[in-house]
Amino acid sequence: MEAKTRTRRSAFVDTDACVACGCCVKVCPLNAIAVFRGVAARVDPKRCVGCGRCAKECPASVIEIREVQA
Amino acid sequence: MKKRWYDYLWIFSLAYLILGFFNILFAWLGLLCFFIPLMISIAGGTKGYCNRYCGRGQLFGLLGGRFGLSRKKDIPKWMKSKGFRYGFLIFFFVMFFQMLWITCLVFAGTRELNEVVTLLWTLKLPWDWAYHGTLFHPGVAQFAFGFYSVMLTSTVLGLITMVLFKPRSWCVYCPMGTMTQLICKAKNRTGSVAAKET
Ligand code: SF4
Ligand code: SF4
Ligand code: SF4
Repeated sequence: MEAKTRTRRSAFVDTDACVACGCCVKVCPLNAIAVFRGVAARVDPKRCVGCGRCAKECPASVIEIREVQA
Repeated sequence: MKKRWYDYLWIFSLAYLILGFFNILFAWLGLLCFFIPLMISIAGGTKGYCNRYCGRGQLFGLLGGRFGLSRKKDIPKWMKSKGFRYGFLIFFFVMFFQMLWITCLVFAGTRELNEVVTLLWTLKLPWDWAYHGTLFHPGVAQFAFGFYSVMLTSTVLGLITMVLFKPRSWCVYCPMGTMTQLICKAKNRTGSVAAKET
């Protein structure tokens, strides 16, 4: 049986390359991304809608928008 | 998004740069941009300074974003590599200590006050018009010239990368940003291991 899976988009941070500047946090309209303990940004997958604003803003370009199975 | 009081701290950064043209002694205020981020990262274990209060980052964001002075291209890979970021931090420190050393010599009286602002560690700009003599020791002024050189140099580098790449490209290799992130990493090492497991 083939279940119809809805694809949605979400942001993913390359945490190793993230500089923890917080530029992404400032532009997210849904408060879905935050800098965790000054080390790297983290996405809340439940809130993120994959709009890509953070990825555009990130000075290090370490955010990728990918499709995820919901 | 609602603007908060700390979203206007770019005004201070701009004022700082301008004041340095009138009286170099204002350069001392720049120490705040060194000690506040360090204290936040050491005491709080966060990059709260970068994330909220840094006026310089906001200024680049504004000029590159709102004013459109940025090509908004990806920064080259090597520039965001750890090697470059840590290397730049070390280079910055070496130059900083050299500046402190010169200040010490002036304080000790073995060297005369040099009224120049050094841009990009090489270009010596005459800056005597921003120094009118003080009640203090010439060493106080020497430090101000040296510190203002550091601030102006980083602003110029930041503006160049702002135009070429994304508005806040400077934040990728900013020594204060790199240093506070390293402090947070060291402080939270145990914490992040625990966090990965959840
Ligand atoms: S993709 Fe959009 S919703 Fe998701 S974290 Fe980035 S800015 Fe926020
Ligand atoms: S903008 Fe990019 S580098 Fe800065 S905290 Fe967000 S993901 Fe990390
Ligand atoms: S990385 Fe440097 S310029 Fe950017 S927000 Fe942090 S301290 Fe300010």
